[in-house]
Amino acid sequence: MSLRRWPAFVPIAIFLVLVGFFAYRLVMIDHGDAPNLIPSVMINKPVPNFTLPSLFDGKPQVVSEEIKGKVTLIDVFASWCVPCRIEHPYLDEIKKAGIVLVGINYKDRPEDARRWLVQLGNPYDAIGTDRDGRVGIDFGVYGVPESYLIDKQGVIRYKQIGPLTREDIEKVILPLATELSK
Amino acid sequence: MKSRLAFLLILLLMPNAARAVQPNEMLADPQMELRAREISKDLRCLVCQNQSIDDSDAELAHDLRVLVRQRLQAGDSDAQVEEFLVARYGDYVLLTPPFKSSTVALWMGPPFFLMIGGLCAWVVYRRREDKATSSDKKLTPQERERLDAMMPVHLPTEQTEGKNAP
Amino acid sequence: MIPEIGHYALILALFVALTQATFPMIRAARGNRAWMDMAGTASVAQFVLVTTAFGALMWCYVTSDFSVLNVAQNSHTNKPLIYKIAGVWSNHERSMLLWIFILGLYGLAMSLFGGNLPPSLRARALSVQAMISVGFILFILLTSNPFLRLDPVPTNGAGLNPLLQDPGLAFHPPFLYLGYVGFSMAFSFAIAALIEGRVDAAWARWVRPWTLVAWGFLTFGIAMGSWWAYYTLGWGGWWYWDPVENASFMPWLAGTALLHSSLVVERRDTLKAWTILLTIVAFSFSLLGTFLVRSGVLTSVHSFASDPSRGIFILGLLVAAIGGSMVLFAIRAPSLKGGGLFAVASRESSLLLNNVLMSVAAGSVLLGTLYPLFADVLKLGKVSVGPPFFNSVFVPLMVPVVIVMAIGPLLSWKRGDLKGALRRLKPAAIAAAVTAIITWSMSGGIGAGAALGLATWLFVGTMGELAHRLFPMRMTAVDFLRRVITIPRSFYGMTLAHLGVALVIIGITGSTAWKTEKVQVMHFGDTVKVASYDLTLKGVEEGVKGPNYVAARATFLVTKNGTFVAELHPERRMYDMPPRPTTNAAIHTNVIGDIYAVIGDPDESGGYVTRLYYNPLVPWIFIGAGIIALGGLVSLTDRRYRIGVPLRKVAMQPPQS
Repeated sequence: MSLRRWPAFVPIAIFLVLVGFFAYRLVMIDHGDAPNLIPSVMINKPVPNFTLPSLFDGKPQVVSEEIKGKVTLIDVFASWCVPCRIEHPYLDEIKKAGIVLVGINYKDRPEDARRWLVQLGNPYDAIGTDRDGRVGIDFGVYGVPESYLIDKQGVIRYKQIGPLTREDIEKVILPLATELSK
Repeated sequence: MKSRLAFLLILLLMPNAARAVQPNEMLADPQMELRAREISKDLRCLVCQNQSIDDSDAELAHDLRVLVRQRLQAGDSDAQVEEFLVARYGDYVLLTPPFKSSTVALWMGPPFFLMIGGLCAWVVYRRREDKATSSDKKLTPQERERLDAMMPVHLPTEQTEGKNAP
Repeated sequence: MIPEIGHYALILALFVALTQATFPMIRAARGNRAWMDMAGTASVAQFVLVTTAFGALMWCYVTSDFSVLNVAQNSHTNKPLIYKIAGVWSNHERSMLLWIFILGLYGLAMSLFGGNLPPSLRARALSVQAMISVGFILFILLTSNPFLRLDPVPTNGAGLNPLLQDPGLAFHPPFLYLGYVGFSMAFSFAIAALIEGRVDAAWARWVRPWTLVAWGFLTFGIAMGSWWAYYTLGWGGWWYWDPVENASFMPWLAGTALLHSSLVVERRDTLKAWTILLTIVAFSFSLLGTFLVRSGVLTSVHSFASDPSRGIFILGLLVAAIGGSMVLFAIRAPSLKGGGLFAVASRESSLLLNNVLMSVAAGSVLLGTLYPLFADVLKLGKVSVGPPFFNSVFVPLMVPVVIVMAIGPLLSWKRGDLKGALRRLKPAAIAAAVTAIITWSMSGGIGAGAALGLATWLFVGTMGELAHRLFPMRMTAVDFLRRVITIPRSFYGMTLAHLGVALVIIGITGSTAWKTEKVQVMHFGDTVKVASYDLTLKGVEEGVKGPNYVAARATFLVTKNGTFVAELHPERRMYDMPPRPTTNAAIHTNVIGDIYAVIGDPDESGGYVTRLYYNPLVPWIFIGAGIIALGGLVSLTDRRYRIGVPLRKVAMQPPQS
């Protein structure tokens, strides 16, 4: 009685499918897509409601309602965050392009944050302090820096995890912002 | 350089659980605290990748533990607390993946494997059944001899079982 | 100079392995004896060279030669000597060198103890073994050279992660690797047999000792890793279903299936193709584990530095080794016809059931481990597959395994008497029911009751079978002694391993169902009741100096009903290099359970955060796992597998059915 031959090829077939997945993932990693980045579920959802006290005494609160109407980049930063220093010099470019730049100072001591901004310059239009990180959680923040590009209707359209580089700004943020401001 | 940075990161994220749940985070109501612990065990610490927030010492895990407890105190059910976090972080935050179209293959996988296994076993028996004649049902003298040569003693099972059988 | 010698030895080893991989294989086809014997000599030479390389790197660590990049990145002058020597696991490059060192060791063992093998089979197996060596030595030389020099030479090294500076972990990875790499032996035999087109009882018997060795080491290695996690990570958990843990568990499941299916090949000359496939799969899982840990395709707390170029190289190795062997399998397997018939109630069937369920378990663990990757690649979104998934899949699969584990050994080959077997298991069934009901009524846990009932069924059933074989009716003392001696060691081995499983189940049940945890702030003199014990915080001594750390050392007095039980000294350490805090739990065990104390940070009020646990039955998990491994060892001493025993004529005969 002769066995049909095809079942013997099942193991190699399964193995090759696995190899395909591994190879694809390795290529993705090679292109800079780290497997530990978690894409946001907040994309295309309205900005969560928040009211944050300003980092600077005497300035008005930063409120989610007020960012509607203009394309806005919300940048979550902290003075204790080392990679935040990497993106800081490039934030000016965003302002130059006419995007409103709102900072959320995440789990930081206000005096530390102010000193940090004196040292490095303050490109933000407004900064709210999120001392206990609750607003951060509403945004789905899991590390700093993170930035969210918001359209005129107040809907989150893009999330950047990790520091913004010049390349990110020129290739992703600015073109998207131009499109959104039409 | 990039890989060294990654390694450094991994070292920093190594678990150090002695800083998991802190006494000052805990709720006075033991029943509710117990619920909070159970929920926390099913929520992933997003920064540490493979730990629940209940086990993790990361800042974010602490914040989430506090948040879970606040939601419970505000009267949320266990499911509502999980929904709250899923709305912000996605299914990724749940250590038990929910059953839905994207996880069908995951949840149905083990029963499917079991079915395949059962099918294979059935084929084995059926094929043997085809070949078997009545004399094949007991060990033939040659087979007996072969097994005996391997087994230095006549073990009670093999020796007596046939005789004792009703 | 020393690192260059090591590097050079490694290059030489590559060429020796290349020679060993090619010539004996080609010449074996022509029956040229001299060339076939050359494989043995080559494997000795390869071992010597690989050992030289391994020793050279160790020398660099011992002498703290920071001109070597690998040493500078992972060592420090004040690191205790034992971790300089035993730190082979601590980084990718060094652990790869350990990998090929162990591979060389197995090659040496095969050439030394393989004298009774047919020369062509031995030559081919050694040749396959050398092919694996070639792949891994190339991998080290091209992508992970541990002998790279550093200029300028730093004054000191970066140190070793303090979590890894632990005696338990000094021995865990070598055992794990002895297990992983050990499956390469069975694999090499399987490939050689496929090439020769001959798989029979004799083959199964030659492979069995190597499978037992690998499986025993792996069992022990996994148990040690679990034990390490239990006492260092500080919250009493011992298994987390982390991808890296799963990577070691999958080969274990496949290896367990292999041990059982190869029995059927040996005794009954059937299930041959399946057994060969399992051999390939067991080693494939070992390689897959190496790939998953080092390539960065999965994220895990235990991962080594991930580097896509290394990942691509290992993936290439996987394709060559696993793909090649599976193609060979696909071509040759249909010609491996099994003869032995068996009924549904038979020893074969019970072993087959074990195989089906173990394979389903291994497949499910693989699916769960890789599913996040699948979902990501297929753009289904990010998914987490955590412990709840694995538990809910794994536990139901193991229930029938355990039930049949007690019945199987009572069934005879080919056609067993199921009714008779069940009749003999009546005491076990009664004991199981009683245990389950008592547990259930006393603790209220249905799950715990069922689990303990199952463990009792297995324990009593296995012991009953042992007694049945030792004390048949009408027996004199001489008869008994003769039986003790003449019952094959493999039977004792099986009995031990199955009893070990029962103990592990009891331990798991106890630790999950009845664990007590108390987390609080304690001041000096405060007492907390944990289970039936009173723990009093007597004091905390700050600034206790260790070899490369400063510790805060707490003193707990443990009493039960006012009588002294133990004094516990958990520590919170700050290591110098790299500066990292660790917590060292203090454990007092009385075998029934562990009192487990952890000291945390001080708070503003001058108190300390303390975590106190009573972990009932946890030691049984590790004792049970140790007994399972011991069972493998005892089986290994069975005279039928003992190396050098002249082969019985019958085993060499072609199958007769």
